[in-house]
Amino acid sequence: MPAETGSSTACSASPPVPVNEIDRSCRTPVVFLLACSQAWLVIGLLFGVISSIKLHGPGFLSGSEWLAYGRIYPAAQNALAYGFAAQALLGVGLWILARLGRVTLQGAGIPIVGGIFWNLSVALGLLGILAGHNTAYDWLEMPRYASGPLFFSYLLIAICAIMTFKLRRECALYVSQWYLLAALLWFPWIYSTAQLLLIIFPVRGVLQAVVNGWFVQNLFDIWLGSLGLAAIFYFLPKTLDRPLHSRYLALFGFWALLFFGSWGGMYAGAPVPKWLGSLSIVFKVMTLIPLLAVGLNLYRTMAGKWSAVKTDAALGFVALGALCYLLVGVVGILSVLRTVSERTLFTLFTPGMTNLYLFGFVALTVAGAMYYIVPRLLEAEWPSGGTQTFHFWTSVAGIALVTLPLLFGGLTQGAKLNDPQAPFISVVRSIIPFLGLSTLGGTLLLIGNAALLGRISKAMLATCCGSCCPGLLSASQKPRALASGGKV
Amino acid sequence: MNQGPLIFLGALLALAASWCGMVVVPNVQIGRQQQVAAGPSNSRYPAIPSGEAQRGRDVYRAQGCFYCHTTNVRQSGAKFDVVLASAGTNKAALASGLRAARPGLTPAEVSQIMEQAPKPVLQGLTRAEAETALKHLTVPDAKAEIILVPTGPDIERGWGRRMSVAQDYLFDQPLMLSKQRIGPDLTTIAARQRDPSWHLLHLYNPQSKVNGSTMPPYRFLFEKRKIGRHPSPDALQLTGEDAVEPGYEVVPTERARALVAYLLSMDAQFGLFEAPLPVEPKRPDATTNQPSATAPTNAAPTNR
Repeated sequence: MPAETGSSTACSASPPVPVNEIDRSCRTPVVFLLACSQAWLVIGLLFGVISSIKLHGPGFLSGSEWLAYGRIYPAAQNALAYGFAAQALLGVGLWILARLGRVTLQGAGIPIVGGIFWNLSVALGLLGILAGHNTAYDWLEMPRYASGPLFFSYLLIAICAIMTFKLRRECALYVSQWYLLAALLWFPWIYSTAQLLLIIFPVRGVLQAVVNGWFVQNLFDIWLGSLGLAAIFYFLPKTLDRPLHSRYLALFGFWALLFFGSWGGMYAGAPVPKWLGSLSIVFKVMTLIPLLAVGLNLYRTMAGKWSAVKTDAALGFVALGALCYLLVGVVGILSVLRTVSERTLFTLFTPGMTNLYLFGFVALTVAGAMYYIVPRLLEAEWPSGGTQTFHFWTSVAGIALVTLPLLFGGLTQGAKLNDPQAPFISVVRSIIPFLGLSTLGGTLLLIGNAALLGRISKAMLATCCGSCCPGLLSASQKPRALASGGKV
Repeated sequence: MNQGPLIFLGALLALAASWCGMVVVPNVQIGRQQQVAAGPSNSRYPAIPSGEAQRGRDVYRAQGCFYCHTTNVRQSGAKFDVVLASAGTNKAALASGLRAARPGLTPAEVSQIMEQAPKPVLQGLTRAEAETALKHLTVPDAKAEIILVPTGPDIERGWGRRMSVAQDYLFDQPLMLSKQRIGPDLTTIAARQRDPSWHLLHLYNPQSKVNGSTMPPYRFLFEKRKIGRHPSPDALQLTGEDAVEPGYEVVPTERARALVAYLLSMDAQFGLFEAPLPVEPKRPDATTNQPSATAPTNAAPTNR
């Protein structure tokens, strides 16, 4: 092929690195990112539950200014998006890049430093929001003294990822690598654009909403979406132990997502030029194409092996995560159509969709990936117990409860809002039962994920102690080398 | 597709396209908006907010009020009213015109409309219907006009008289449109509730002012202190369960007063070229200054 000049430097003639060695190079950075992300998930859920209680019990913790609803709610959202989702998916992405490239993680110290600063920035940002330094932009609430360091921490992690990709020893690229490569490029562009145009050299008036909407659209549909799809496309065939149904369908879905998913972000009825809302609707509807491509591909890959989800925990989580991705996509497309969005705009429908995305798609996919990766990296089996089953079922019930009541509550709220005869206070009162159910769901998710966090900490502690002072461990806690460690 | 650089370039292209389309083009289109002349005195709109309102805006932002309150009035359409502005002298022609425009009118009603002009003849029409009706009323010396009335649930709720447009937010830094209506829209809160002490009491204990409200109290914006030599004139008039023990008073802090000043500055009521208001028909005679009793108005303080 004439075009091979570009890739001749990318994959060397050296033989692939053994799997054990790759996993060892990933151990500290990836486990660090995953463990921290799980901790942020628990913190975000805790904040989320507090803010959710405040919605139906306004007197709850109302004496503390730092815990006011308008402060703890954005803190929860940012902990979930940046502390949890982004960090976890980046951690999984690093490991996938190393495994698929058949090369050790390059400059493994860099992502550790990047990870430490990422976590410090998120912590600083949340403190800033709680202290009242909220920037007031959706998903960008962290003040600039936190967003700056966050951006540079990201660059450190991305440099490591790009280096690992560049020095790969397996020339052929897999679907997950395309998604990861696109995602790595996407974040610095959208984040710097948003920071520059909203905070450093702010644009005037409603243009802020336009820039903010574009950022959020790209943050979710492209960046987190690509990172999550990379994990799904890797783990689903892997845990099923069969190849992906069609590489060409995946390729088509990939480019379609990049071109259609990146436009939009404005809702119909916003006080901006009307074409922005219309264009957003058109492009959102077009994302049905990549959605169908991804859905069909995953369905055909799974076909005939549905029963495997019962025996393999990682597969069960990832498959459910993929289902949530498709659901969020389809419902999201339906909800932008004018007749529907008239009713769902300004209602609980929006947080319901965000919950389905973060707790359904992202959290389940990450959990599946963790069930696969962490034992291999720690070279230890998970400490025994029913935590896995417990985590799975609390997740399923929790996701259902933080999603369905808000979606239906949003539709009820929207119908009443659009009826001027209904006094506003009756609209307010009508959503309270739905909010109560979502508080319950959040609590379930919190308990399940706290259990998983405890389990990861225990496994880390066991490996850590096992490597320095093995005498301290009882026989049951002793780390055992994993039999399947040789599987690529 | 095993070419890393190819994927990179393709992704770059996709991203650059969306960046140009959704970030650069809107900036080119409305990035240079300026104040416009609007309102009865043709003042510059929107006005540059006062210092205290600016500080209040900062409190509004820090407390995250916009997580529950939108400032975005939506309009789903418009209706047209036909109004007889002045009857003039050609009564007979006008009376037949009125009966043609609105066939069911009794002679008494016709003369009532003519005497009470300016008076709406027909309300809630489509534009075509209004224009047909207007033709019937085109009588020499009499004056009739078509008035545009914005419609939509938000407007009928009394949250505003017209939809919000880009011009309204020119000086909003940062912009706090919001995505949630857990509380009412605040675009025209100043017109709906002008009393600062109502707002202060509402912030201190929302349920005391709005029964069943789920708004949390913002007592940390107030200070409970011992009454000094003279009671403070700013002290809240607390009654019932909120009443403090004798010898103490609750006064708003600087932040609470600024927040209320900001709320009282939220009054996007001027008609604009892109979002006209239902104009109140003017009387042709000297009594122009008297507000017309029949003119449509949504500005009355409501608390829905």
